[in-house]
Amino acid sequence: MALFEFLQRLLGRQKPSGTLAKERLQLVLAHDRSDLNPELLEQMRREILEVVQKYVEIDLEEGDVSLETEDRVTALVANLPIKRARPAALTAPSD
Amino acid sequence: MRRPGPLALTCCDPLAAVTNATARIILICSGKGGVGKTTLTANLGIALAQLGQRTVVLDADFGLRNLDLLLGLENRIIYTAQELLAGSCRLEQALVKHKQQPNLALMPAGNPRMLEWLTPEDMRTVANLVAERADYVLIDCPAGVEQGFKNAAAACHEAIVITTPEMSAVRDADRVIGLLNSQGIQPIQLVLNRVRPRMVANQEMMSVADVTDLLALPLLGLVVEDEQVIVSTNRGEPLTLNGNGSPAARAYHNVARRLRGEQVPLHDPTRERRGLRARLLNKLGMAGN
Ligand SMILES: Nc1ncnc2c1ncn2[C@@H]1O[C@H](COP(=O)(O)OP(=O)(O)O)[C@@H](O)[C@H]1O
Ligand SMILES: [Mg+2]
Repeated sequence: MALFEFLQRLLGRQKPSGTLAKERLQLVLAHDRSDLNPELLEQMRREILEVVQKYVEIDLEEGDVSLETEDRVTALVANLPIKRARPAALTAPSD
Repeated sequence: MRRPGPLALTCCDPLAAVTNATARIILICSGKGGVGKTTLTANLGIALAQLGQRTVVLDADFGLRNLDLLLGLENRIIYTAQELLAGSCRLEQALVKHKQQPNLALMPAGNPRMLEWLTPEDMRTVANLVAERADYVLIDCPAGVEQGFKNAAAACHEAIVITTPEMSAVRDADRVIGLLNSQGIQPIQLVLNRVRPRMVANQEMMSVADVTDLLALPLLGLVVEDEQVIVSTNRGEPLTLNGNGSPAARAYHNVARRLRGEQVPLHDPTRERRGLRARLLNKLGMAGN
């Protein structure tokens, strides 16, 4: 390991490449296994957010819909911080 | 190109191709090329033969055959799987017996042009024919996930996926595992090859746990990077043949014993403190993978 790299790592500025490899693979394998292309995933993400927004006000900056994988099972994980419920959602939707 | 010659009766009759129920037909595959499939097939073949198992190694890599080279049998090939399928030779004529280890025989790959007409059914026929004379049939699979892979996969019951701890190898292994799963091939076990303990210790290479986590397969063996592998290839004598005590040789022997159902503890060299004692034990050949 080069001294520069060692120092970078010591200062917490750079992850070791082995760790990086695992993290990158976790993401790549989740996508490979789901067989969803990035456009479809993005479209699904937008539609999910639209539906959820009808009921609750969510933080779009923080909101995240992604694929995660563990033990060969891939899950669609949505992490959507709620600001507040929309008053309209308290009554049944009319349409 | 058409398949040359008519098939022998035994090959055409689907009932004749019913598998010998006692032989285990194991595919050795990886997706990516150059990760150690052929080396594992040759060494594992010898190691199983030494355990008294009648073993046939079947070269399914018709495009880039070299299982014969690794076994030092390249000058003894007369017939191949091609003549066997065409019915122009008998099974015993096509099988090349290993001189020093008579429990092991090679079924050589035919001409690369066979790829143009070979079908999964053909591979199944060849594998089932050699299975009649064997306890173990190891199929050396070509790289890739195309027809050559599909042919070989159609012929097996179970699989060993081999990979190195590198990004592209692991990703390709995952693709292959998905395909094997979809064909109901079971069990699928993992061999991790060319591990460099020092790089893992520095976290500059994925660890054993990283790779088994990602691929979610049981680990059948762990082979470290070992120069002796190249030396043995040069000689055409697999490391397992002559009681070589190198780390890779021990690892291949252990894979054979685990395949037989023996409980052989898996010692992870990347976890061991590289202290004087450990290095000494290693030198004395008292640690094994
Ligand atoms: N554990 C190992 N240590 C060092 N070299 C290895 C090891 N395993 C395989 N190799 C080398 O890697 C190369 C590819 O191996 P090979 O078995 O031909 O791969 P594949 O059949 O998957 O294409 C060969 O040159 C071989 O000697
Ligand atoms: Mg090969």
